[in-house]
Amino acid sequence: MQTPTYLASALRLPTNGLDYAILGIYFAVVLGIGFAARRSVKTSLDFFLSGRSLPAWITGLAFISANLAATEILGMAANSAQYGAYTVHWYWIGAIPAMVFLGLVMMPFYYGSKVRSVPEFLLLRFDKSAHLLSSILFAFAAILVAGVNLYALALVVEALLGWPQWVAIVVAGFFVLAYITIGGLSSAIYNEVLQFFVILAALIPITVLSLKKVGGWDGLTDSLAKSHGDDFVTAWGGTGIGSANPLGANWLTIVLGLGFVLSFGYWTTNFAEVQRALSAKNLSAAKRTPLIAAFPKIFIVFLVMIPGLAAAVLVPKIGTSASDLQYNDAIPYLMQELLPNGVLGIAVTGLLAAFMAGMAANISSFNTVFTTDIWAKYVAKDREDSYYVRFGRLITAIGVLASMGTAFLASSFSNIMSYLQTLFSFFNVPMFVVFIIGMFWKRASMKSGFWGLLAGTTAAMVNYFVIYKQGIIDIPTDQGANFVSAIAGFVAGAVVMVAVSLFTEPKPVAELQGLVYGTRSPGMAEPPSAGDDAWYRKPALLGWGAVVLAAACYIPFSF
Amino acid sequence: MSEYSEHEVQREVTELETRSATAARLFDIRRVIGGLFALYGVIMTIAGLMASDAAIDKAVGVNINLWTGLGMLLLGLFFLVWLKLRPTTPPTADADTPADDEKPTR
Repeated sequence: MQTPTYLASALRLPTNGLDYAILGIYFAVVLGIGFAARRSVKTSLDFFLSGRSLPAWITGLAFISANLAATEILGMAANSAQYGAYTVHWYWIGAIPAMVFLGLVMMPFYYGSKVRSVPEFLLLRFDKSAHLLSSILFAFAAILVAGVNLYALALVVEALLGWPQWVAIVVAGFFVLAYITIGGLSSAIYNEVLQFFVILAALIPITVLSLKKVGGWDGLTDSLAKSHGDDFVTAWGGTGIGSANPLGANWLTIVLGLGFVLSFGYWTTNFAEVQRALSAKNLSAAKRTPLIAAFPKIFIVFLVMIPGLAAAVLVPKIGTSASDLQYNDAIPYLMQELLPNGVLGIAVTGLLAAFMAGMAANISSFNTVFTTDIWAKYVAKDREDSYYVRFGRLITAIGVLASMGTAFLASSFSNIMSYLQTLFSFFNVPMFVVFIIGMFWKRASMKSGFWGLLAGTTAAMVNYFVIYKQGIIDIPTDQGANFVSAIAGFVAGAVVMVAVSLFTEPKPVAELQGLVYGTRSPGMAEPPSAGDDAWYRKPALLGWGAVVLAAACYIPFSF
Repeated sequence: MSEYSEHEVQREVTELETRSATAARLFDIRRVIGGLFALYGVIMTIAGLMASDAAIDKAVGVNINLWTGLGMLLLGLFFLVWLKLRPTTPPTADADTPADDEKPTR
């Protein structure tokens, strides 16, 4: 498979001064937010966690925006062009239940224990070895994922605007570096909220026009059913165990691998996401952060799936050697074909915004973990607070430079989404198993955290690199392999944790208050603040509402 | 072995929370979203009103600049009106004293 870089000239957009003006205004505003947020950074808590003081609608939109990155826009459109309507699984079963679980069940422990990061929770629940290992794994993964976003950005900018890749990488890296270094997490979160709306303004016109182009929803599904078979436009068709389907996964691996293990691992323990909720101003706002994010998440699938499916109709040979276009090119191709100058500028801005949001989320969580979890606890302890703010700014710059390096690693995968899910199965899933067992089983011992994490990570990597890549077990697609890796990592981590716990000392009950289900920490007792008892702010209602809505969305795609 | 205890983390974070300046000094993002989208909305609406036939043909017969512009303008106005109706609640008086404005510059 050739790398998508060869497409440069084929997709070049007819941009003009209007488009560049729109883009220029946006970049000026991005920097402006950074400078304006600067005066709010006084302590390390301001820099890394916005002083735990943001309202829920802001953290909620930042939560969804941190996820609405390269993964969503290009990756999910690519997924739809390649696998069809199965893409809905990544949203309705692969996101909503986990987001609701994070908000309703886990957030009291995260927010109530006052930890500043996900690894810090493991430090309290388990011991230093689990903490250090998880901090290092997370820091490493964050740089890799930031690199994916940077690479995707460079690819798109090169193809669409004709800038050389290195120019795009340096320019985008510089902007992210500048606004996070200056304004800290507040700047990152504010930019994410803005990005959310710009991304919508970019995707909605593309979706509407591409749907009109292929003759509406009926025209779209009719053409696809003819060319790709009926299963291509259903959610569950052909997913019986043993039957073949484009995804290479059956309903069991979808539900367990994607819906449970991968999705819970990503949404509930990936600090790039959880950090947004930890910056909320009180427990109620923290709980509502992922719940508010769940509602746009349910519907965003249409804005990426419809363009992807339309691209599969308009370019029937997309992704095969008979066409110049890769799956990842679905959205850029539609922009070129359908958008006049003006909206084109908005769309380019939206794409760049999405990539920068994804990169910034990872960089801003990386600098927090590296500073508060690695540097402040093991290297330079007990310095005054302003030292850690300065160090955080320095490590932000180093993180951005490192992710420029990892951008090139991402170039060996033709479906960016597959690459990301591979990384998540290595890094998030083992973290999730350690969390879930540690949070719900008091007996899980101090030592079991470290060994569970190590075993889970190793098992997922062995499954991917040895069992799948060497062809020991035949799994048809990368995505199918990711689901299996995730399940393998989960099971191995769980078995090792239970085994180690049975032979080692449990943590004293007094030290588990507020960390294990069924206990309460002093911080959780705080009364709800004024206005939080309004019915539309009730976490349980928001959470269950999202679950019911997501389940209802499946109905038209199931028959 | 001196393990980090939960109390230590909570004490540290609680102490930092009392000195935090975000709540008192961070500007309101609604102003930025409202301003940017109103500006984009005006630019796009004008572009839509002056749209050439070629641009409309390209967009499958839809004057997409006009519609996108109007949509963005509405969203921008929504944020500005919301800000007007529900301004940020002023922070508690003791949270911010101008005297300690010696923020380290990098």
